[in-house]
Amino acid sequence: MGKKNKTYLLFYALAIGLLPLILTNSYHLMVLNIAALNIIVVIGLTLLLGYAGQISLGHAAFFGLGAYLSAVLTTTYALPLWPTLILAMIITGMIAYVIGIPTLKLEGHYLVMATLGFNVIIYIVMVQLDSVTGGPSGFAGIPRLAVGGWVLDSDRKVYYLLWLVSGGVLLLALNLVHSRAGRAMAALSHNEIAARCSGVDVEAFKIKIFVTSAVLASLAGSLYAHYLTFVSPGSFSIFYSLQVVTMVLIGGMGSLWGAAFGAILLTVLPELLHAVKEYNVLVYGLILMVVLIFFPQGLFPGIAGILSRRKEGSLSVRKQGAP
Amino acid sequence: MSETRPLLESRNLTLRFGGLEALNALSFSVPPGQIAAIIGPNGAGKTSLLNVVSGVYCAGAGDIFFDGVPLNGLKPFQIAALGIHRTYQQIQLFANLTVRENIMVGMHPLTRSGFLLGMLHLPRERREEKRIRDRAEELLDFFELRGKADWPATHIPVAEQRRLEMARALAGDPRLVLLDEPVAGLNIRETEAMGDLVLKVKKTGRTVILVEHNMHLVMGISDRVIVLRHGSKIAEGRPEEIQKDSRVIEAYLGK
Repeated sequence: MGKKNKTYLLFYALAIGLLPLILTNSYHLMVLNIAALNIIVVIGLTLLLGYAGQISLGHAAFFGLGAYLSAVLTTTYALPLWPTLILAMIITGMIAYVIGIPTLKLEGHYLVMATLGFNVIIYIVMVQLDSVTGGPSGFAGIPRLAVGGWVLDSDRKVYYLLWLVSGGVLLLALNLVHSRAGRAMAALSHNEIAARCSGVDVEAFKIKIFVTSAVLASLAGSLYAHYLTFVSPGSFSIFYSLQVVTMVLIGGMGSLWGAAFGAILLTVLPELLHAVKEYNVLVYGLILMVVLIFFPQGLFPGIAGILSRRKEGSLSVRKQGAP
Repeated sequence: MSETRPLLESRNLTLRFGGLEALNALSFSVPPGQIAAIIGPNGAGKTSLLNVVSGVYCAGAGDIFFDGVPLNGLKPFQIAALGIHRTYQQIQLFANLTVRENIMVGMHPLTRSGFLLGMLHLPRERREEKRIRDRAEELLDFFELRGKADWPATHIPVAEQRRLEMARALAGDPRLVLLDEPVAGLNIRETEAMGDLVLKVKKTGRTVILVEHNMHLVMGISDRVIVLRHGSKIAEGRPEEIQKDSRVIEAYLGK
C-alpha cells in the first residue's frame, strides 16, 4: 500500500470517528450504518468487477444468505452470534464456489446470467420456505449485535462496530490489491493470455475472487440481520444486486476508494432527496445519468483526475514529452 | 549424457485449424544454452509453434518435451512454472499496471503468497514482496528501464515496451525464453541494442528461441537456425549454412 493510501486511510478514519460527535439524530446514524454495510458488499464487488472483470447480478443473494443463515441459526437454533456469522460466511463461500466453478470457466457474460438466476432462486426460497424463513412477512426477533456480553442497543453503539468492520475490510482489500495476488488479478483482468503465460492460474484466481466477494456480502448480511433484528425477502431482491453494481460504477470501477465513495453517496443521496418529495426518483436518476456522462470511469477517478491535473498542470505535460 | 540432452524437443508435432495445417509433423530440438532462431515465410507456423510450446494452443498430435518433461496437455501457467516464459509479436503488456508492476507479475510462478497472506500483509508476505521488488529493481537496471519504472506500461516507447516484455519474461527466472519478433517496429539502432540484450540473456545461461524476420539479427546472434515452411521444417543448421541452403532461398524467393 502506497503513502497516498495511508494518508487517505488516516483521513477516512478521522472523519468516521468524528462524524457521530456532530450527528445527534439517530436516523442519520442509521443511514450511515447501512452505508457501512453497503461498503462491505461493494468492496467485494469491486474486486470482482474491477479486478476479475466479471459482473455479478446476484450479490443480494449472498447478502441475503448471510442475513438469513445468521437470523435462523441464532434465533431458531440459539447458536452464538459471532461463530454463526463465520459459519454463514463459510457456507455462502462454498455455495459461491459451486456456482463459480462452471460459470467462470465460460467466456463472456455467463456469470451475469448465472448469478441473476441464483438471486431469483434464493429470493423464491426465502419467500416460499415459510416454516424456516417466515416467508414474505419476514423473520423477526433476531438477537442484537453484542460484543462480549455488551449489547449494542443504539444506532450510535452499532455505528462504531460497523464502521470498524467496514474499515477493516477496506484495509484488507487495499492490502490485497497491492500484493502478489492483487497484481495477478489486475493482470488477468487486462490480458488473460499474458497473465496465463506469466504463470497465473487464471481460473483459480477468478474463483477465489468470486468466493471472496460472496463471503464479504455474507458478512455484511449477517451484520445487517443482527443490527435491524428483522429481515424480509424484499431487501434481497435483484433490486439490491443492481443497486450495489451501480455503487461500483458510480464510485469508480477498479478503485477501492471509489467503491467506498459510491456506497456512501448512493446510500445517503436518496435520503437527502426526500427534500424534493415526489420528484426524488427522477432527480436520483438524473444525477446517475449526469455522473455517468461526465465521469464514465466513475466519480472517484474522475474527480481525482481533475484535481491532479490542476495541481500538476504543465508538469504532467512535460513528463509525457521527456525522452 | 545430460550435456547432450536437448532442452526442448518436439516429435511429429501437428496443429490443425480446421483444414489448415499450422504445424505438420514437426520434429526439432534445441540444445541448452543456445540461441535458436526459427525463421520462415509468413504463415509458416512460427508463432503457432511458440503458442504450442507455451501452452496457449494444444497440439493435435505429436509430443513435445522440455528437459525430458512432456508438455502436452499442460496449461500455460504450469508451463511457466516449469521455466518457459515468452514475449509476443503484438506487445501484450498489462496496461493497467506500471512498468515495475509488469515485471513483478512475471515473478508470479516463483512466489507463493496468496489471498489471505496478501490481505493480512504478514511478515512472511512482506519478506516475499521485498524479494519480488529487489528482483524487479535488478531487471529494471538490466533492461535500462529504471527511469520509466513508475510509468504506465503502455505509455513508454515501443523499444522500451519490447524490453519490458523481455524483463517480465526474465522475472520468472526461465530456463527457456521464447521471443516472438522482439525487434518488430524497432529502428536499426534499437535493433542492434536488442541483439546485444538477447546475447546478454544467453550469457546468464538461458536458452533462447527467437522467432524473427530480421535476417541481419538472426544471422548475427543465433547459434542455429531452423527454417519452417507450411508447418514443416525444411532446413536446420548454423546461420552460415542456412544462408547458402538452396531450399531456404527457394522458400523465400520462389524458384
